[in-house]
Amino acid sequence: MRLLTTLAYALALPIVLVVVWWFASAGSESVFWPPLSKIVGVFGETWNADRWTGDVLPSLARLAVGYLVALVLGVLLGVLIGLHRPVRAFCEPTLEFFRAVPPPVLVPVIALFLGYTGDTSKVVTIAVGCVWPILLNTVEGVRGLDEVMLDTARCYRLSAWTRLRQVVLRGASPQIAAGARQALSIGVILMVISELFGANRGLGASIVQFQRSFAIPQMWTGIILLGILGFLLSVLFRLVEHYALAWYRGLRQADRGA
Amino acid sequence: MPTALDVRGLKKTYTTGGTSLEAIEQLDFSIGKGELVCIVGPSGAGKTTLLRCISGLLDATAGVVELDGTAVTEPPAGMAVVFQEYGRSLFPWLTVRQNVELPLKEKKVPRARRTELVDEALDAVGLSDSAASHPWQLSGGMQQRVAIARAIAYEPSVLLMDEPFAAVDAQTRADLEDLVRELWKRLGVTVLFVTHDIDEAVYLGERVLVLSNRPTVILEDVAIDLPDERDQLTTRSAPRFAELRAHVYELIQKAKKGERPA
Ligand SMILES: Nc1ncnc2c1ncn2[C@@H]1O[C@H](COP(=O)(O)OP(=O)(O)OP(=O)(O)O)[C@@H](O)[C@H]1O
Ligand SMILES: [Mg+2]
Repeated sequence: MRLLTTLAYALALPIVLVVVWWFASAGSESVFWPPLSKIVGVFGETWNADRWTGDVLPSLARLAVGYLVALVLGVLLGVLIGLHRPVRAFCEPTLEFFRAVPPPVLVPVIALFLGYTGDTSKVVTIAVGCVWPILLNTVEGVRGLDEVMLDTARCYRLSAWTRLRQVVLRGASPQIAAGARQALSIGVILMVISELFGANRGLGASIVQFQRSFAIPQMWTGIILLGILGFLLSVLFRLVEHYALAWYRGLRQADRGA
Repeated sequence: MPTALDVRGLKKTYTTGGTSLEAIEQLDFSIGKGELVCIVGPSGAGKTTLLRCISGLLDATAGVVELDGTAVTEPPAGMAVVFQEYGRSLFPWLTVRQNVELPLKEKKVPRARRTELVDEALDAVGLSDSAASHPWQLSGGMQQRVAIARAIAYEPSVLLMDEPFAAVDAQTRADLEDLVRELWKRLGVTVLFVTHDIDEAVYLGERVLVLSNRPTVILEDVAIDLPDERDQLTTRSAPRFAELRAHVYELIQKAKKGERPA
């Protein structure tokens, strides 16, 4: 019952918006604002099997690879930097600078070195854009680890490997997750942006091509698909987070109660 | 009695930023194998500092700490510590059972024996029913008992405890005191027990080291010549107990006033 109520709450606004869109656009003659009914009508034929295998899935695969590379690198470097005070003092201002650079700016730079037609440059763009929030949040999480907890780990002579897995990574996991969540939305943006330059296939590239060839309803289907995919990814992320960080929610609740 | 722990010429000065703070001026004492020694002293006297030096977590400014004849430079094997900040020493992402079990896994204790040790330890501190809970689901006193259970399941040869019973209620406290005495006798472990509570120090210890105000030295090393069999009722009402208690009490009062040994 609780679940149903929550679900109803979560879905109410999207449903209202869709209904409003549907009726407001119903009689539209404008080329740029085709009726929603028309957009929905062409959805199936636009995103046929060929588009899925040729555009959507490759885009998602590049996103997955780039994101995972960023996750591994960000956490690894973040732990290294977070655990060593001198390294941290040395690196942190520079890292903050890189974080402040808007990721799309990377595209021309990467294009310069890698060219911008293949998958590599796109994956690199995604990875480079995603790595900063993960890295900086990991540093923050590792630095915030409780002194007494680390002492406990030393006293019971936990090996470096156990300490890393059981203490450092677990203890920093709430911050790592926060960084990973930011990185995910950056990743989706970069997935699209990386295809706007010199690519002919991919979800983002398709949307631009529809727009250039005045296939406006098709363009709208692309935008809707992108929105849905982004939404599903964030739901997936929350699901993983929900289970992995159950202890953290409990701890925070207990702290508030006290 | 062979010496387990030897502290010689120990000094500790904290330097943070530009200021330095002399916590321990000079400490010399040794503890025999299998002895139970209590340490009392005013708040801020450097008791925690001393334990951290002994456990190899903190580098002393001067002097040596030797455990079984080897200088301590890092946390030695076979030593368990119950921290004063018990709540922060438990891993909140692990359950009570996992917290107690983790050091045993690391020691490569076989699974069956591990389960046995964890069950015994949790039973000893009366937490068998909370094995599957997370630390943050427990009260302060229960958390402290988890930390104690973890220490005893570890089967250490030296056990350092920093005000381990501060957060438990009087009844549990009495039970845990008896538990420490019992484990100490059964396992032959060397125990160094820091407490604020004079009664507790006299009841538990074979010796009580009374520390001075900061910068710390030993004010007196009081031998507790009470019979070995101790009991909450009879021991605490014995005339000798009252004498020792009064003596330690006076020493603490002097320590607070800043008196130092002649
Ligand atoms: N990391 C530190 N840096 C600087 N000063 C410290 C540090 N830790 C402790 N001190 C200081 O050293 C002195 C002794 O501290 P310590 O914690 O050892 O006392 P304690 O006897 O354990 O006190 P309590 O009974 O309140 O636990 C105190 O004056 C304290 O402020
Ligand atoms: Mg202390």
